[in-house]
Amino acid sequence: MSELFLIAMISGRPVAIPSDQVESVVDISEVTAVPRAASHIRGLAALRSRVVTVIDAVAALGLGKSVSATRAVITQVDNHYYAVLVEALDDVTPFDRQPLANGVTLDERWDAVAEGVVERDGEPILIVNAAALIPGPSEIAA
Amino acid sequence: MDDLLQEFIAETRETLETLAGEIVAWEAAPGDRARLDAIFRFVHTVKGSCGFLDLPRLERLSHAAEDVLAQVRDGARVPDPALVNAVLAIVDRIGEIVEAIDAGNALPDSGEELLIAALEEGAEAVVQTTAPATRTTSRSVRLNVELLDRMMSGMSDMVLARNELARRLREDDIDPQVEAALERMSASVADMRETVTRTRMQKLDTLFSVLPRVVRDTAAGVGKQVKLSVEGADVELDREMIEAMRDPLVHIIRNAIDHGIETPDDRRRAGKPENGRLTVAARQSGNQIVIEIVDDGRGIDVAKVIRKLAGNTGRDEQELRSLSDRAKLGLIFEPGLSTKDEVTNISGRGVGMDVVRSSIDQIGGRIELDNAPGKGLRIAIHVPLTLSIISAVVVGIGEQRFAIPRQAVEEIVSERAGNVRVDVLGKGSVATVRDRKLAMVDLGELLGVPSARNDHCAMLVIVSTGTGSFCLAVDSVIDNEELVIKPAAPSVMATGVYGGQTLPDTGMPMLVLDCAGVASTAGLRFGLGDMFADEEEEEAEAAASQGLAALMVADLDGAHRAVPLAVVDRIEKVGADAIRYSAGRLRIAIDGEILPVAALGDIGDRTEIALLRLHSGDSEVAYAVAEAMDIVTITEDVVPAPEYGPVAGAVLLNDEHIELIDANWMFDTHAECADADQATAPTCLLASNRDGWMRTFVRPLLEQAGYRVVNTLKEGERAAIVLTEDDSPGSVTDGASVIRLRDSRTGSADGSVFRYDRKELLSAIAARISGDAA
Repeated sequence: MSELFLIAMISGRPVAIPSDQVESVVDISEVTAVPRAASHIRGLAALRSRVVTVIDAVAALGLGKSVSATRAVITQVDNHYYAVLVEALDDVTPFDRQPLANGVTLDERWDAVAEGVVERDGEPILIVNAAALIPGPSEIAA
Repeated sequence: MDDLLQEFIAETRETLETLAGEIVAWEAAPGDRARLDAIFRFVHTVKGSCGFLDLPRLERLSHAAEDVLAQVRDGARVPDPALVNAVLAIVDRIGEIVEAIDAGNALPDSGEELLIAALEEGAEAVVQTTAPATRTTSRSVRLNVELLDRMMSGMSDMVLARNELARRLREDDIDPQVEAALERMSASVADMRETVTRTRMQKLDTLFSVLPRVVRDTAAGVGKQVKLSVEGADVELDREMIEAMRDPLVHIIRNAIDHGIETPDDRRRAGKPENGRLTVAARQSGNQIVIEIVDDGRGIDVAKVIRKLAGNTGRDEQELRSLSDRAKLGLIFEPGLSTKDEVTNISGRGVGMDVVRSSIDQIGGRIELDNAPGKGLRIAIHVPLTLSIISAVVVGIGEQRFAIPRQAVEEIVSERAGNVRVDVLGKGSVATVRDRKLAMVDLGELLGVPSARNDHCAMLVIVSTGTGSFCLAVDSVIDNEELVIKPAAPSVMATGVYGGQTLPDTGMPMLVLDCAGVASTAGLRFGLGDMFADEEEEEAEAAASQGLAALMVADLDGAHRAVPLAVVDRIEKVGADAIRYSAGRLRIAIDGEILPVAALGDIGDRTEIALLRLHSGDSEVAYAVAEAMDIVTITEDVVPAPEYGPVAGAVLLNDEHIELIDANWMFDTHAECADADQATAPTCLLASNRDGWMRTFVRPLLEQAGYRVVNTLKEGERAAIVLTEDDSPGSVTDGASVIRLRDSRTGSADGSVFRYDRKELLSAIAARISGDAA
């Protein structure tokens, strides 16, 4: 059974985000920093008359810091809106959800966000649960 | 109570309106069970409310009707037309009385006995009298809270839209007419917003009014006596919040009485008044409401909690023990905990503090505990005013702006203002604003935001957190703005320093600071403070006697010395050349006056020294030291110096020997207006000083009363009175009267005096001295 996925790039890797998690796709320009917050919290941005918390997906996966990302996927978790920064966005495409192949091991943080794979022209793409990126590296590690 | 009455009237009136149809239907078909139940519920509710509101007439009527209807429900009576008529007559009468109460009219109670009598089996049917319509026009409407919610969130969006409009208009040159229209809209939006906010607010009184009864019943159930005082009942809070707080609050209070407050016997033994005290106080603090429940019971026995938790849940006791104090205290919120060994009918029914915490969490609140074992427990529930629109002060650090709720701001001063000075003490800074000393937190430093201050002076925002005030240093104070505060994402709130986020006119999101969070993140401790503001003085003294606050200095001779903080008025840096030897002693000219200078060493070739301005009532001495270092608390015993001199004794502080300066000697020797009577005043010898208490508290007390007080006797000197805390005062007494101070309130048989009883101490000394003279 096909589901809709949004294909995005995080740290040079393609990922598939289930489209029911995606409220909209926006460009984030100005961000208000949140001092003392975890490193993956990029800050706050205004989206029309709403404030969203900007999440650096690269940092949330413990891969350093994303530099160039300004595109973001808006998702809602527990009544809070988050903008998850990604590097590039493709179209929304229907794919079949498949379980991870046996024996494939991901790193601990990827493990916490991965929900399976989809296959695009033979290339496997990890399904990433956008909501799972939000707690950030420290909480996942704990 | 008035609120409750109004609510009762509104509710009864509304039920009566819907019931009108039911009554007619019941009359037509007396066997209809659903109709009967509806009427039964009505009289039952009225009966319940009346008992609470003390409305005996309504209670009598509804009680009688309920009895009869219960019989009908049980099948003991058949609802014949006479009975139906009698019940309806009573329902009508209830309606009349309610209207009369609302209108403030008196309604003669004649005929009510007849109405009740008519309910009896086989009674004469009552004649239905249609009462003249005395009904006042209803001025209230009952609304669904959801509707109010929608109104409120619509209002917030409206404010945000207005802000955005204002911002966009400002980008271009704006037509004055458009500006005027915008102004008018802003004003009416502000008006509207205030009204809408009020619709959701309710006084905490509705929550607090049931507490006296809860406390009375709970205390009676466990054989304890508890005095309840309630403060802040007129603080307003969102209706839904009030409802959500009801159960947790009652639970905490029951816990406090059942677990916290001891039995009268135990309290007597612990030297506490037999009546336990319980204070429930509410106040608004920034964009939060804080409800504090303070009892003076035994506090939380952390060791017992750990044992219990390990026993009940099988968790590792060792591991629990190694937690931080704060985490240990937090264990009371763990599920599966009841520190009471036997289950009482009050608490211990499987509903624990874990449930309390989760209900508070649900409304976005948090609970703070302040445990003083043996002395009491303070539980503070912080709940947010969600969706609230608050007035805030916008401050700037470097490029970034932050909002501080206006209510938390006491005052804003410039660092360079005349009556403001900032001193660095140890790692921290202290700001003295007029005579007030406040801990200072550099916001930029705390948040790690680079400051753009350079040479500009900082602005100091004095904020109060409820438990204490402190000073926030910021680069600039930008504006005063009305802001819609929304809760920030959990990962933002986790930093502990923010209270929410907002979108101001600039279009850039802004964080709202939670001042209490800032204080605790910066490590400021305000202590239990005024837990019982109106508590007897002794409480405060007992707390203070646990340590002596002192200022550590590096003296001119290189030694580290401590000066009791109580006498230090302020610290100033002065050029060494300002100190001159004139008129027989060292003096300094400062602020247009000449002060005597005390120095325990040579100034040498220093160009700058720190000057401690010591104050004692009317005399002032400047004590010259090399540097002021830190504020310390001396809890160790002070080993007294062998003779009366600049140093009162030695004390161990962090494995270092520190000399404690004798402030009295400083004033005795250096102050210009030394008391001439001192020589002839009777001498009191403080023969022991277990914890600094004698010197800090007894000494000023005695000196004020005109005695000369010494810690040791000089050669040939004789003390008139010797005060001691020990059983054996030693050999120094030399025939003088000895007064022993005891720690407990009881035990006056041996002639000792309770150490906190100032009056008795003074009268005992006076009695001994006059006895000596005779």
